[in-house]
Amino acid sequence: MEERRYRSASGAPIALRRRQHSASCRELAVRCPRLRLRSLSAATSAAWLAAYGLFVLTENSMVLSAAIIITLIGLIIYLHFVKIDQESLLVIGSLGIQVTSSYASGKESTTFIEMSQVQDVVINEAIHMQKVIYYLCILLQDPGDPQGVSEVVPLFQSSKPRLDCLIEVYKSCQEILEQRKTAPQSS
Amino acid sequence: MVLKVFFPSCCASAESGILIGRWISEQNSAVILAVVHFPFIPVQVKQYLSELQRVTKVSVSVLGSWSNSKQEKEESLSEFLEDLGTIFSHEPWIQIGKERDSKFWSCSTLQKHSNNPKEEEIILIYYDQRKVMLSHLHPPSDTASSTDHRAEDASKLSAIFDTVAKSKILFMTDRYDDGPIKMTHWQSDGVEASIIVELMKQASVPACMLLAFLLSLVTAVCRSRLLKFWPLSFLWSKLSTCEQLGHRLQHLQVISSNRKAQNQTQLMRKANIFVSLLVDVALGMLLMSWLYRKNRIGHLADTLIPVADHVAEELQDLLQWLMGAPAGLKMNRALDQVLGRFFLYHIHLWISYIHLMSPFIEMILWYVGLSACLGLTVALCILSDIIALLTFHIYCFYVYGARLYCLKIYGLSSLWRLFRGKKWNVLRQRVDSCSYDLDQLFIGTLLFTILLFLLPTTALYYLVFTLLRLLVVIVQGLIHLLVDLIDSLPLYSILLRLCRSYRLAAGVKFRVLEQQDGKPLRLLMQINPLSYSSVVQTYRLPTYSCYPKDSWISLCKKLFLGELIYPWKHKGEKQE
Repeated sequence: MEERRYRSASGAPIALRRRQHSASCRELAVRCPRLRLRSLSAATSAAWLAAYGLFVLTENSMVLSAAIIITLIGLIIYLHFVKIDQESLLVIGSLGIQVTSSYASGKESTTFIEMSQVQDVVINEAIHMQKVIYYLCILLQDPGDPQGVSEVVPLFQSSKPRLDCLIEVYKSCQEILEQRKTAPQSS
Repeated sequence: MVLKVFFPSCCASAESGILIGRWISEQNSAVILAVVHFPFIPVQVKQYLSELQRVTKVSVSVLGSWSNSKQEKEESLSEFLEDLGTIFSHEPWIQIGKERDSKFWSCSTLQKHSNNPKEEEIILIYYDQRKVMLSHLHPPSDTASSTDHRAEDASKLSAIFDTVAKSKILFMTDRYDDGPIKMTHWQSDGVEASIIVELMKQASVPACMLLAFLLSLVTAVCRSRLLKFWPLSFLWSKLSTCEQLGHRLQHLQVISSNRKAQNQTQLMRKANIFVSLLVDVALGMLLMSWLYRKNRIGHLADTLIPVADHVAEELQDLLQWLMGAPAGLKMNRALDQVLGRFFLYHIHLWISYIHLMSPFIEMILWYVGLSACLGLTVALCILSDIIALLTFHIYCFYVYGARLYCLKIYGLSSLWRLFRGKKWNVLRQRVDSCSYDLDQLFIGTLLFTILLFLLPTTALYYLVFTLLRLLVVIVQGLIHLLVDLIDSLPLYSILLRLCRSYRLAAGVKFRVLEQQDGKPLRLLMQINPLSYSSVVQTYRLPTYSCYPKDSWISLCKKLFLGELIYPWKHKGEKQE
């Protein structure tokens, strides 16, 4: 198991952890920057100052309790549905590829794509606002047309690693994907 | 290629024996269903397996051997297990062994007729047999895939789920049966069953027959000629309560049918309808108990007449305002007075009818409120119908205003064409030029001017009454939306997803367990449950939902031209 530091597309520090479980099974996990206490306190204080200002204007104490409740609920929703801690890719040769996102509240959302549906794993580039960013994606095979692509599944969407990190992940994935081409196919 | 062995986690502590299951050669994977213990007679095992194959249509065979050595490793046992490979010829013969205290198992294969001398990699995947058997896989495949490719591209995982699900009968023999074969699987310690479920199954047959009989009576009454006379049938078609009752009757027919559900979808649909009906009736009873306590019906009836009076008074004030100088606009006095007085007289008639009915209102409401026991949806539909009846005069005003306005607009457009020397050709459906006589032109111009100057007055009345009508339509629409929601929500599926999430599977997820070099890769396969939004989407009940018939643009066009709008498209077609 090895861990290396890289940077995301927006400059935040991320870490890539590679683990080889067996000859045909690899796990690649990208850890996103954690929630910082500074930004959390800043957001909470801003919300409460605004609520206090409103209270001074309207003399209604409901505003304060409403602000507290909204801040709490907003924080819970943010931690459970928005803030992603770690995104990982588990490639098991001849079984499939599993994509997992773990949220800050501990929730994990997993998708498993069988190997027969996977055509290839590639690095694409996209124009986002004023930047050109690179992203890794899985190309799914079209059941009707062996050469066609039916769907593109983008990976590492919230951590957005840069090209150097993506190349490492790409190389690891391709080593395993190549095995299915060289292995003798059973009829 | 890599060999995948699916091993049930319940057999991890079983005694030594042979493994039976299904070998899927296209995927190079073996699904192990049970472990058969020593002593056994190979002929009997083969007989049992062939019978099983006949009943379940799953090609079950002996796949290999399993050795769970509690003591030190026995040499003779391993040779014995290898010799078994010659009795039950299976290619490849899988040998799994577990040491006494070790977590890591040894797994090897014996290939007699293989061209590939290289040792192939083995992946050991543990699965929970009970959960996989009960689970129903919902493949994310869209409907675009044609049936030709279905066979080859069928999800590899669905083959495994199918194998375990179809072998249900294999799991019915437990260790207390006196058969020739002793097996270990998830139910080998005793077949599980629930008394409540068995009792309900027994009770459901006569209950269904009784329900079907009652329903046939009710449908016979509904279909009788008596109710098909013109005024009554028109009334039934306009009232949304009758539609909702018919819808629920259909649901009851589905539940009380004698045929067993063929597949999973039908079973879930039946269950969803049953739970939805129960919840509906329960909420209706709750509403009824709340209404009939403390004489609330009496209070409601007492406030109904004053509310209707109040609405009529507000309308009268509105008309007085329109007859004056509304919003500073100057109206045509004569037309204004005529229209205003006509509508005022209409309101006066309406109020007299309401006052005529007032002594009977309480009794009518009392009996109508009893129908809330049929369900909350019926109560809401009745509420919507009452609103429609109470605001009938607004509907009438809207129709009068719209017709007048519509006539005016058509007249104006036709005379405008006359102005320019053109005419509408009905035969060719287009505008043609036409030469008019002088007197035609004169009268046409006169009429055009008159209509044009009377336009603001009519337009204002039309605008006011259209807005009122739209308000009522929006309120009714919201009530119907709520009724639709209660009708179509698949409550049973949502409860199942909440409590037994493994029954509705969107896929699987793998977890890598502790590894050791030299031993096969160990994975744990767990069920990935379906998300709530897909549950609702997949199992939604079909309803006769009302949705806007026209797009916004055509609606605005109709409003501008004064055509009557019926914004919601109803009945007849069942929309899924």
